[in-house]
Formats: sequence, structure tokens, C-alpha cells
Amino acid sequence: MSRTALLILADGRFPAGGHAHSGGMEAAVASGGVHDTASLEAFCRGRLHTAGLTAAGLAAAAATGYDALALDDAADTRTPAPALRRVARRLGRQMMRAARATWPCAGLDHLARHRPQGPHQPVVLGVAARAAGLTALDAAHAAVYESVGGPATAAVRLLSLDPFEATAVLARLADDLDAVAAAASDAAGRVAVEGVTVLPAASAPLLDITGEQHAAWAVRLFAS
Amino acid sequence: MHLDHPVTLPQRHTYSADPRHPDGSHRALRIGFGGPVGSGKTATVAALCRTLRDRLSIAVVTNDIYTQEDAAFLRREAVLPPERIAAVETGACPHTAIRDDISANLEAVEQLEQALEPLDLILIESGGDNLTATFSRGLVDHQVFVIDVAAGDDIPRKGGPGITTADLLVVNKTDLAPYVGVDLDAMAADSRRQRKDLPFVFTSLTAADGVRPVADWVTECLAARHPGATR
Ligand SMILES: Nc1nc2c(ncn2[C@@H]2O[C@H](COP(=O)(O)OP(=O)(O)OP(=O)(O)O)[C@@H](O)[C@H]2O)c(=O)[nH]1
Ligand SMILES: [Mg+2]
Repeated sequence: MSRTALLILADGRFPAGGHAHSGGMEAAVASGGVHDTASLEAFCRGRLHTAGLTAAGLAAAAATGYDALALDDAADTRTPAPALRRVARRLGRQMMRAARATWPCAGLDHLARHRPQGPHQPVVLGVAARAAGLTALDAAHAAVYESVGGPATAAVRLLSLDPFEATAVLARLADDLDAVAAAASDAAGRVAVEGVTVLPAASAPLLDITGEQHAAWAVRLFAS
Repeated sequence: MHLDHPVTLPQRHTYSADPRHPDGSHRALRIGFGGPVGSGKTATVAALCRTLRDRLSIAVVTNDIYTQEDAAFLRREAVLPPERIAAVETGACPHTAIRDDISANLEAVEQLEQALEPLDLILIESGGDNLTATFSRGLVDHQVFVIDVAAGDDIPRKGGPGITTADLLVVNKTDLAPYVGVDLDAMAADSRRQRKDLPFVFTSLTAADGVRPVADWVTECLAARHPGATR
């Protein structure tokens, strides 16, 4: 594996559209649920163990070379909120564009051809990781990091939080991130034999509900 | 005219600002409009649509900072049918969406092209930003930077990438110059000094046909792209 490729893929500057999304943070800030560093940490921990774990399982499975179209269906099953499905597919299209320019490969072309409206973003992430020569565990790491990195950046913008403290929150979560990525990657290692049902399907009902509500706001800073 | 490479380069799979579609046909000319908040970007885009829509097939992409206000304004003013206006959300960073991560804007542009083919012209309005905000060449063919006299006559002198490198600098709201004590001659001299040979125009969109200098420049850009075409 190329450690540098992982840094490129996981970099918040990778031009795949993530900067316009808060991962539910904007709704959480508006409701008062996140208002300081401690509540940011609680939010990130919750998102990591739910949406983050599920995304990481899908990404890791895609990175093993497992049928990406079947994984895309599995992602739909694991994303009950219509608004969040739309977001996942839109971000998947944007990541597809960036990934095909960065690591062109037949796997990405195949997925793009069969999902012209956009595959779920974690599936594209996994196929891109494979194209970049990365492992399933690498793909899981990129997915879990993104699941908390995006909301933390959004919290800095929305609450004018101290950026050093927000970054320290991410560092304190590092062991959790590693553990979740390992669990996701373990499940992905069994998908070839046991099918997609072994992949994590943890969900955060409040993120689903507020995600749906946020999509209907007339005035908002972030797209999700 | 710029001659393209005879073979398709791998990065062309991204369909960025390549002058042709993958099938070889010409795609719409893409022009970006940037500049500080309230300088008249939306007003310029609206006036261009009214002036050019009878001759050209036009679409617009807006980049609002936290609302869909610009898109809503253009729809309300009915400068184009609603399906020709798309809004991109920029997550508190308008310059990121036009420069560092253009994926959402490219998506919007391509969806308009697919739905409305053939299009001649796509106007992309940036969210109001600072003097360093410029468009990526991967997104637009040309960029216009719109400032206004009411924000102070020292802006051209301050410079910055928007002022110095945009393909056209528009100094708007000249009708307000007497009320804000602005010396238009000094602004013109500063603009000339900052921009060397690059063009700049003064406009007042409250005047009848006030957008004419910009419309003429856009028409020239289109003509330069299709030499020999009658449009
Ligand atoms: N007097 C005068 N007012 C103008 C002129 N051009 C635009 N305006 C007014 O200036 C205000 C801002 O114009 P917009 O076109 O919305 O500015 P903008 O650059 O799109 O603003 P943002 O998108 O918010 O950054 C509006 O009230 C316009 O009617 C002009 O030439 N003269
Ligand atoms: Mg505007």
C-alpha cells in the first residue's frame, strides 16, 4: 500500500465536494445539541460509531473488490432517510469525478456507467482506494476519519469554536477511530463468503430525522 | 483558436473546462462572475440574460452563500425559464466552490448541458467574496470580476488576483459616483495600471441598456470561439 495515497484520499482538500456538507452538524448546532468542545466530541463519537461505522464497512468491502453494485444496494438499505440518500449519491458523483481524474481505472468506470445518478459515496471511496493501491483497512480509515472530520470543521465555522480545540477533539478520538476502522475492515473481510449482511448497519435515528428536516430549511450554510 | 490535442487525455474523463464534449462537439462557453458582496453580479447576469436570450441559448448557475436568493431572484425576475437556473450550495466557503473544489459547480454545469442541449452560454455567478477569489480554469473559460464605485474608489488600486487577472473587470454603479464622491477618472487610471492590456469597462445597470459593454465583450468571446460563425 502507498501511505501517501491514503493521505491524498483522506485529505479534506481532496476535491470531492465534502466542504459544503456538515454531516448533520448544522442541524445539531441549531438545536443547541452541539454548542462547545465537549458536545462536539460527544456528537463526533456518536456519528463515528453509527454512520461512520456503516460507511466504513461499505468502503472497506468495496476496497476488497467485492461487487460494487451490490454494495451500492446495501448502502441504500442502510440509509433510510431519503434526503441522506440523495446527499450520499450526490457526494458519490462528486467523488467519482475526482477519483477518476486521480486514479483512473476500469472499476470506477464500471461503477459510473451503472450508476449514472451517482453511487453512494462510501462505495466510490472504497473503489477509489482500491484503484490507489490501498487496502480495505485503509479505506475504512479514510471513511471513519471523514465521518468526524467534516462535522468538526463545520462546527468551527458555525460556532466560531477554537480550531485548536476542535482538532484536539479529533486527536482524542484517534483510538476510537482505529477500533471502528478495524471492526469495519474485519466485516469486509467476510463479505466475499457471507454476503453484504455481515456489514455493519448501525444507524443514528436523530441524524436521519434532522437530516431530513435540514434538507427542507430555506436558509442554511451547508448542503447537509 | 486553441487547437486541442488529437487524442483524449486521461484527465479529460473529468469533463472539466475542455472546449469539446467527449463526442467532439463544442460545449457551451462558460463565463464566471466574481466580486465582492453586493457589487452587482446578479444584476449583471440578469441584464445579460435579458439582452442575449433572444439570440443565444443561455443557462445560469448561482453560488449562494447561505440561501438560494440569487437563483430565486433570477427566477422571480423571469430572466430565463426556471429550468435554466441552477443553484449550488457552498458550505460557507464560496471561493472553495469556484476554485479549490469545483466538483459541485461542474455537476450543475453538466446537468444543465445535458438537459438543455444545445446551450451556447453558461453564466456562473460566485457567491460574494473577497478580492482574491478567482475561478478555476477547470470550471470556466473566462472570468469577469465585478466591483462597484460605492465600495470605494481605492479598490482598483488595491489590486488582488480578481482585479489584476480577470479576463474582464467591470466597475459597476457609476450612477452612484456623484453621491459617494468617487473620481471615476482616477479609478480608470488605477484599473489601467493594474491590468496592463486586460480590458475593463464602467457600467451603470440602472441606465437603459447599461449592460451593453459587458454584453459586447461576451459576444466577442463567443465569436472568438467559433471563427466564421454568424452568431
Ligand atoms: N445604483 C445602482 N444600483 C445597482 C447597480 N447594479 C446593481 N445595483 C443594485 O445593487 C444591489 C446589489 O446587486 P446584486 O446584483 O444583488 O449584487 P451581487 O454582486 O449579486 O451581490 P451578492 O450576490 O450578494 O454578492 C441591488 O440592490 C441592485 O439593484 C447599478 O449599476 N447602479
Ligand atoms: Mg448575487
